[in-house]
Amino acid sequence: MEQILTAEDIAAGVERLAQAIRAKHSGHPIALVGIRSRGDEVAERVLTLLSEEDWDLAFGVLDISLYRDDFEHLHENPSLQESDIAFPVDGAHIILVDDVLFTGRTIRAALDALSDYGRPAKVELAVLIDRGHREMPIQPDYVGIVLDTRRQDRVDVSLEGCDGKDQVQIVKKEIP
Amino acid sequence: MARKDLLDISSLDREEIEHLLDQSIPFKELFTRSVKKVPALKGKSVLMLFYEPSTRTHSSFEVAAKRLSADVTNFDVAHSSITKGESVRETVETLQAMRTDYIIVRHGRSGLPGMIAKQTKACVINAGDGAHAHPTQALLDAFTIKEKFPDPVGKKVLIVGDILHSRVARSTSTILKKLGVDVAYLGPGSLVPRSGPENIRRFTDYKEAMAWSPDVVYLLRVQMERQDAQYFPSLREYHKLYGITDARLAEIRQRGLYLMHPGPVNRGVELCDAVMDYERCLINDQVENGIAVRMAVLYWLKPESIIS
Repeated sequence: MEQILTAEDIAAGVERLAQAIRAKHSGHPIALVGIRSRGDEVAERVLTLLSEEDWDLAFGVLDISLYRDDFEHLHENPSLQESDIAFPVDGAHIILVDDVLFTGRTIRAALDALSDYGRPAKVELAVLIDRGHREMPIQPDYVGIVLDTRRQDRVDVSLEGCDGKDQVQIVKKEIP
Repeated sequence: MARKDLLDISSLDREEIEHLLDQSIPFKELFTRSVKKVPALKGKSVLMLFYEPSTRTHSSFEVAAKRLSADVTNFDVAHSSITKGESVRETVETLQAMRTDYIIVRHGRSGLPGMIAKQTKACVINAGDGAHAHPTQALLDAFTIKEKFPDPVGKKVLIVGDILHSRVARSTSTILKKLGVDVAYLGPGSLVPRSGPENIRRFTDYKEAMAWSPDVVYLLRVQMERQDAQYFPSLREYHKLYGITDARLAEIRQRGLYLMHPGPVNRGVELCDAVMDYERCLINDQVENGIAVRMAVLYWLKPESIIS
């Protein structure tokens, strides 16, 4: 296992997201919605950086387990956690936040989940890491770090709150 | 680990029970959304096979399955060839050919859902079989109690009524004991079995049972259809001895006890009208929680071919 990003790299990535969001939306009400698990932690950090200013920011957490498209192939369905969207989604300007953008399927599921809460005015996407290899026509609006990976490799993100420390590792896998 | 069927509570270990109860929380959270439906079981088929009448359990399962986007078919037993003498086995073969994914069974004979589970690839959920088991009722009862007592260890639940014939009493006391809850029975001597699970106290006198200081009083339904059997003298007598009368409700309110009942209630028998307005009456919570728990069960089960 190879560590490719340190805590400092991650902090810099979060800072880049915050800066880009600030540059585009400063002062306009927006809602950050983190995708469980770890997307919520990234969203919280971005929120902390942004909320130093006098700015109407809402926060929410989304669990997309029930919206996945791969139940048929799972030995066990993923454990659910509560979603928490306390603000009215109708007409809101939402920025979905996730830790890693890969195939795009999670984001597809998150968009479906979000639409069951209401009809947002606009949805954007912020990701800490874009590792490429999309299987759906989904692209991020804000990217913290771009990682060059091979399709078969696994990117393991650890974050303080979920895993006790900040780091990103790549698990190299060979196609049999 | 997923399982193919849910047939009773005793075959589940504590970890599985805790998992199902935990998973019911996010399902319940969905009910506050404007869209209460999720696509998790889209394209799956659920077949309701009820050989005994049931309104509550039947509609609770139906709502649960529909909120998961499954298609629900009612195998209407009263109008089917079962009345023409088709055996359960033949029925199950028919259902197998329909490639249904889940079968929800209620039957008067203990063990019949287990027999069906062996014969079919579909996931089978027992919705009540004879006096044997009613596992989803037990799960919803445990969930309802845990909402009020997040750490239920050492809490006391008094189950009142016809313990002898009740699959609810059996399943619910099994799950509560697995969660570390103290359980006691109260009822006429003829309806409280002397044998059965150990370390369950048995009372025949209401006052003595209340002296045990329960936290929850769980009333079982008096099964009117068993009235002929003379287990107790009359319904009035039952209400006087074991029912929640106005006077007893006053004491229960003063002590702050919770009241539960699996429904449907017989007013004036197990409880007086005023109970329905009592602020710690959990009967409506039980109904709502039943849907969440049944969604969690449907989401948890997996066909054999996927598990192995």
